[in-house]
Amino acid sequence: MQTSRLQTAVLIGPGLGWLALLMVVPCGLVFVLSFFERGVYGGIDYVFNFGNFARAIDPLYLNIFFKSARIAGLAALIALLIAYPAAYAISRAPRRHQTPLLFLAILPFWSNYLIRTYAWIVLLNREGFLNQGFELLGYQGEPINMLYNDGAVVLGLVYNYVPFVILAIYSSITRLDPEIWEASQDLGATRFRTFYRVILPQTVPGIAAGLVFVFVLSIGNFITPDLLGGGRVQMVGNLIYDQFLTARDWPFGAALSFVLIGIMMVLLFLQAVLANRAQGGGRG
Amino acid sequence: MTREAATVLEIRNVSKSFEAVQAVRDVSLSIRENEFFALLGPSGCGKTTLLRMLAGFEKPSRGEILLDGKDISPIPPNRRPLNLMFQSYALFSHMTVRGNISYGLEMENLPKGEIQARVNDILETTRLTEAANRRPAQLSGGQRQRVALARALIKRPRVLLLDEPLAALDKKLRESMQLELKRLQNEVGVTFVVVTHDQEEALVMADRMAVLKDGVLMQVGSPHQVYEHPNNKFVAQFIGVMNFFDGETVDGGVKVKDEVLLGAVPPELGRGQAAAIAVRPERLEIANGAMPADHNRLSGQVVEIAYHGLDVTLSVRTPISEQAILVRVSANASDRFKFAAGQNLDIVWSATHSRIMAS
Amino acid sequence: MADAPGAGGLFLRAHLYLVYVFLYVPIGVLIVLSFNEAGLPTAWTGASLKWYGALAANETIQRAALNTAIVAISSTIIATTLGTLLALGVEMRQKPNAALDALLFAPMIIPDIVLAIALLAFFSLIKFSLGLHSIVMSHVVFNIAFVFAVVRTRLRHFDFSVIEASVDLGAGAFTTFRRVTLPAIFPGVLAGALLALTLSVDEFIIAFFVAGAGPSSQTLPMQIYSMIRFGVTPEINALATIVILFSFTALFLSQRLNREVLTS
Repeated sequence: MQTSRLQTAVLIGPGLGWLALLMVVPCGLVFVLSFFERGVYGGIDYVFNFGNFARAIDPLYLNIFFKSARIAGLAALIALLIAYPAAYAISRAPRRHQTPLLFLAILPFWSNYLIRTYAWIVLLNREGFLNQGFELLGYQGEPINMLYNDGAVVLGLVYNYVPFVILAIYSSITRLDPEIWEASQDLGATRFRTFYRVILPQTVPGIAAGLVFVFVLSIGNFITPDLLGGGRVQMVGNLIYDQFLTARDWPFGAALSFVLIGIMMVLLFLQAVLANRAQGGGRG
Repeated sequence: MTREAATVLEIRNVSKSFEAVQAVRDVSLSIRENEFFALLGPSGCGKTTLLRMLAGFEKPSRGEILLDGKDISPIPPNRRPLNLMFQSYALFSHMTVRGNISYGLEMENLPKGEIQARVNDILETTRLTEAANRRPAQLSGGQRQRVALARALIKRPRVLLLDEPLAALDKKLRESMQLELKRLQNEVGVTFVVVTHDQEEALVMADRMAVLKDGVLMQVGSPHQVYEHPNNKFVAQFIGVMNFFDGETVDGGVKVKDEVLLGAVPPELGRGQAAAIAVRPERLEIANGAMPADHNRLSGQVVEIAYHGLDVTLSVRTPISEQAILVRVSANASDRFKFAAGQNLDIVWSATHSRIMAS
Repeated sequence: MADAPGAGGLFLRAHLYLVYVFLYVPIGVLIVLSFNEAGLPTAWTGASLKWYGALAANETIQRAALNTAIVAISSTIIATTLGTLLALGVEMRQKPNAALDALLFAPMIIPDIVLAIALLAFFSLIKFSLGLHSIVMSHVVFNIAFVFAVVRTRLRHFDFSVIEASVDLGAGAFTTFRRVTLPAIFPGVLAGALLALTLSVDEFIIAFFVAGAGPSSQTLPMQIYSMIRFGVTPEINALATIVILFSFTALFLSQRLNREVLTS
């Protein structure tokens, strides 16, 4: 189809312009900001230096990065362990049930994040639902505090992102030729060995995509550590938030943002390479 | 047609390149009034590009296209009195059959009454009246094809362009639609230019046809001319099946190894030139006793027999050709001779059926 | 290709059901509690619409709901228009462009907090006033990307030759867009718009950063956040129920319109 340059410009121009002005320029600005320093009374001193990045790798902050990475990694791993069998089960359900089942699994992912997180406060609270349940079951001691710790943060992240991993794994399973199950069994493999030797290796791109996305969405998360960690669990997202709204050190907050984006880009790049290689190997 | 009809569409030295690829090279053609014209060639030969240049969706890199003697290159596709029937049909899936067909007339801002009358008319002609209020998704393949046809025809174009109009149909339907298209063309009296890769389709439907290869025009003529007198090896091979013997020209034939095969040497080939002598499988016969003097005779051995129901194709190995030659024998002859692999026999054909061309 | 329910199959199925329990019980508990007379989970004292009444009488929440509606509807209209045009432009060009793809994918994966501070820094640098309009402008950024992605999947199954067919039949560019292109992709556009609407209704962090001071540009999620953060009031369950049911409805419609919206 022949499309003129003018036509393309009219179609693409406004959208790209919007993104350029309100995403590229602001992000560029944050990048520039990260090389300046905080003024004495807040504000910004326009003195070019790498001080903020040096400060970002100070053990105090580096620890927060490590801690965030540990929590995000744990959340990603647990989400994968829950999601893989679920996605596999959906892919083995009768064809006409698959879309509704998948829709049901993914639906919460697109609904209000704050409310989904709040629901766990209701459940985990000292006076919350679970403690009352324990009481009904005959538990007599002090109510258990299940909120405001690393575990609650991991749980919140897993809860929020499991649907996404189910989707990623499911689509990598359905991309396989439906006859490979039969082919493998025809060659004498049991169902378990078919899964282990044939299906699992071919769904590695889906696994990688799921892991990377949960990790990336978690490490920069602000709401979950803020609400379920109760301010005690500091993660990178909260740190950036504090620099902007509490400490008023915008340049340092900007530097932290860029370290975060750098980590994400590396991971996404690795995942893309892996997906590409799997695709190259699978075809041909 | 005794008298030569007027030229409707003239393509003059048209070339088209897309970046590095030259899709059409210096093609000149004239298409006559009321003609059923086929553009035939393998995929990638430039026939669709040529058609799209006629419709106005591509601009020629060089050359010009004249409609009734006037250059139409400045006219955008929506103002050209030519209409295109797309290979995918490109039906508007959110409109009914009637909506699809009336769309083009609505664009001409015709009065409602006239639009309705003309739509009803063409629905009748294309046997779609029953389906008028259905959506394309509810139609059969053959019905969809007729909607696409009706939608383009209702504009009463000077020339109707059809891009592989039958390719999406199954074999049985395709064969009946070939005749149907021909009937329709007669009925509406519009010039048709059809692009196809199917040589049989072109032979059955076309009044005249052009064979293209790699963007170059190889031959133009009636199906009979092109089939019986191919200009070159490509055309001979692309249309139908052809046996070739490579050798060099001598007086009154071609010398292949030690054998001289008789046939008329075309004037442009001199003596002693590399040439091929070709003959169609259906022109070969199994020798049965004496033969006239102007016949060629070759002895060979049957290597394979393929049964087609209607007739039988023998592959026969001869001493003068690397490739086995194909012989088409009628079912009757096959019954008479009771062929078997390994059998020795003689093949004969009249020199009038030999075609000699540069190799 | 259903499995005969062997032991493994049964285990898988049980696991799947447990995952649904895990996903929906927390939301279900909220919904049930919103009808609890006592308001808090400590005791069930009978079903009541009391908290919905309280919600309806709360002017701050009404104001926030109105603000959210303004933000969500405006940003959806702008993002749907721009995102649809983008998808058409990109698909019609047919030349893959990695930089363009990355740019259009970026708003979906940049951490909200980073986009939020970037926009705040930008607006304050150019001394742009903050308020509902700045929230709308910011929401359009990520909504463009989602609308683009949804409409683009729709266009993958779109036969672009219908555009040529329309032109061939005598229509101009505008008529072709209005009568052929738009109706053909409309389910995808609507599905993208519904997704954009829910995302905007639910978005908190970016709105929080670029709303500026004062209650005049508080949105519902900001209201919900402060209710969670600074003392849980029973009304929140009622509010959460309404918001969640709104999202579920919009998402369900979106999925009905275009099977691939949420699953691609």
